[in-house]
Amino acid sequence: MLRRVLRPTLGRSLLIRGLSSRSGNSILDWDGNVSEIKKKIRSLIPGEPSNFLYDTKHLPPEHSDVVIVGGGVIGLSVAFWLKTLEKRRGAIRVLVVERDQTYSKASTGLSVGGIRQQFSLPQNVQLSLFAIDFLRNINEHLAVADAPPVDLQFNPSGYLLLASEEGAAVLESNVRMQRQEGAKICLMSPAQLQKKFPWINVEGVALASYGMENEGWFDPWSLLQGLRRKVQSMGVFFCQGEVTRFVTSSSRMRTSVGEEVNLKRIHEVHVKMDNSLEYQPVKCAIVINAAGAWSGQVAELAGVGKGPPGTLQGTKLPVEPRKRFVYLWHCPQGPGLETPLITDTNGVYFRREGLGKNYVGGRSPTEEEEPDPANLEVDHDFFQNKVWPHLAQRVPAFESLKVRSAWAGYYDYNTFDQNGVVGPHPLVVNMYFATGFSGHGLQHAVGVGRAVAEILLNGHFQTIDLTPFLFSRFYLEEKVLEQNII
Amino acid sequence: MAAPRAVLRLVPPKWNVGRRGFRDLSGVVTPERNLRKKRTLLQFLSDHFYEVEFLREYLLQRQIQKVHLDNRAYSHIESTYGPDIAGAYFVLKHGGAVINYHGLDSLLSLKELQSLSLQRCPHLDDWCLSRLYPLAGSLQELLLAGCPRISERGLACLHHLPNLRKLDISDLPAVEFPSLTQILVEEMLPNCEVIGTDWAQGLRQGPEEQPQDTAGPIPAE
Ligand SMILES: Cc1cc2nc3c(=O)[nH]c(=O)nc-3n(C[C@H](O)[C@H](O)[C@H](O)COP(=O)(O)OP(=O)(O)OC[C@H]3O[C@@H](n4cnc5c(N)ncnc54)[C@H](O)[C@@H]3O)c2cc1C
Repeated sequence: MLRRVLRPTLGRSLLIRGLSSRSGNSILDWDGNVSEIKKKIRSLIPGEPSNFLYDTKHLPPEHSDVVIVGGGVIGLSVAFWLKTLEKRRGAIRVLVVERDQTYSKASTGLSVGGIRQQFSLPQNVQLSLFAIDFLRNINEHLAVADAPPVDLQFNPSGYLLLASEEGAAVLESNVRMQRQEGAKICLMSPAQLQKKFPWINVEGVALASYGMENEGWFDPWSLLQGLRRKVQSMGVFFCQGEVTRFVTSSSRMRTSVGEEVNLKRIHEVHVKMDNSLEYQPVKCAIVINAAGAWSGQVAELAGVGKGPPGTLQGTKLPVEPRKRFVYLWHCPQGPGLETPLITDTNGVYFRREGLGKNYVGGRSPTEEEEPDPANLEVDHDFFQNKVWPHLAQRVPAFESLKVRSAWAGYYDYNTFDQNGVVGPHPLVVNMYFATGFSGHGLQHAVGVGRAVAEILLNGHFQTIDLTPFLFSRFYLEEKVLEQNII
Repeated sequence: MAAPRAVLRLVPPKWNVGRRGFRDLSGVVTPERNLRKKRTLLQFLSDHFYEVEFLREYLLQRQIQKVHLDNRAYSHIESTYGPDIAGAYFVLKHGGAVINYHGLDSLLSLKELQSLSLQRCPHLDDWCLSRLYPLAGSLQELLLAGCPRISERGLACLHHLPNLRKLDISDLPAVEFPSLTQILVEEMLPNCEVIGTDWAQGLRQGPEEQPQDTAGPIPAE
């Protein structure tokens, strides 16, 4: 069976060769540079066309050990951990390629900033616990001399998940697991709920779970900017441009049972510069696919999913953009400072925003309601018809409210099992994934970045075992379902 | 601790950029031959700065470590007095006690604690306030005045302490809207007397007397 190939071991041995090939490369680089100089000297000789003053600052370097596609919170976190865990200062050259430095469509800035431990999978709980510890000490991890501290604006107000009679048993068993992992979650009966939050109508609620500690929301921009500043100070290269092509080579191999597989390796990444046809090839040993909602497309560029259906080669990265609306409303009679992030039995969620009786919230549409992801326009009817009635039912004060603004963002949605994809591709052996977190990627970014750096540098996961999140599960059809997708 | 800061200022930030560029080029011949002399000088300086930066980082880390070490001392509280001090009254206000998130551990096991004074603690932040809920059964008085890192986000967690009868949240420079926050805290804790910054006090205290750079990783003292 192919299972043997699917283990990361194979990728690893190739990877080590890839990284170590760099010392050999430096001779080539030397030659390359000497010829560059010759060229430039020649250009100074009268009569020769002069291009000496051609500015190349905006171009990426010609080679980088690791190229990270996507400079969102996940890509930056991978960069951070690679530089933190590298054996020797400056050992790994890391380049982050981001096509939009304003991050106008990136999920990171458009998220609602929530962090919770209330997941159904132990790995997700562990990732959140790791993250909360990191965030609490963010100014130790991301300290940059001379720079002001990161102001994360964490609101430790907790998540409150409501379950109907049907969902109560699952909620209870999830909470048991969450507590075993070390999360501080308590269960509440409808009566307790009513006493604690008198503004909730508990009709239809059989059980609730409430995060006492380490849950709440923070400013995603602060984390993004803090990471960016830190990795820049650690010597990570940045470049604005779009990855449009991978130059690969392939070799046929036979598994021990005689099956033939086609192993691919990326040698060069083509980075297309903004608003031009110009592109720059970057030689590299490793590519990290951290392109968020667009990571499916980036995987396709490397040939992932291009093969006969049912084969590993024909297995796509099942991550696509899914549009999600967030509404901000004002309600003078609304609940007070104690308001947690509440998720109703039907998936409608909201939380307090600031002190002025403002709230943000929304709901994930059903498969049938899925809006067209072509643009980021907001559907206001969705709030009127699918969100507000439920809000008003749960919190009667919300019967009169005024929507003040709204926005839309893309979930990096994994259509297979709504969970992250982490680690190398079994066939494109030097492409590593860090994507697919379907609406909880912000809070898991720091843990995922570390996991990717670990498997890349050491060949296996150390801090948190994310083996269930490997790509191979799509081919093996082993779903790792997360029930608590909000 | 002014020392590390002083060192920090010795290095103009723009060098950081240059340094890295040159570091990466070391071992590779740069095209600008005519700049070679300059390059060697810069190389020297950048190497020099490398050390300086290392020193800065070291000092920064040591500062952080010190707070952690000090907080270990708080665990003695538990071994000395046992986990339950009946009707305990706890004061940690002596000109900025170093208690932080981890130091709180020992306090949280004091199940009979009725009054806790954490005034002017430079390391006490919103994360700490979110951990006080184990004291919900007993805590009646909480004094937080003058803690530079506490904001309205942390105060929002105090709804976990329904037995509070007295809460001092005056002089919290990180709270953006003190009066509004006080009203909202009063609404959240209807049985509690909330002491906030009164207007007169706010007027007496000129802006220059307000603590500066309060959210910094290094406390000002
Ligand atoms: C409305 C909404 C609410 C959310 N709420 C939460 C929440 O409460 N908690 C939580 O944890 N998560 C939440 N999320 C999810 C979270 O935002 C994402 O999972 C996370 O930000 C993903 O990070 P990323 O770095 O992978 O993606 P992004 O931030 O999207 O970054 C990917 C980057 O890759 C770049 N890119 C793509 N293709 C290329 C290419 N070919 N070349 C160069 N660059 C490329 C893009 O420009 C983009 O900047 C929410 C998301 C949305 C939309």
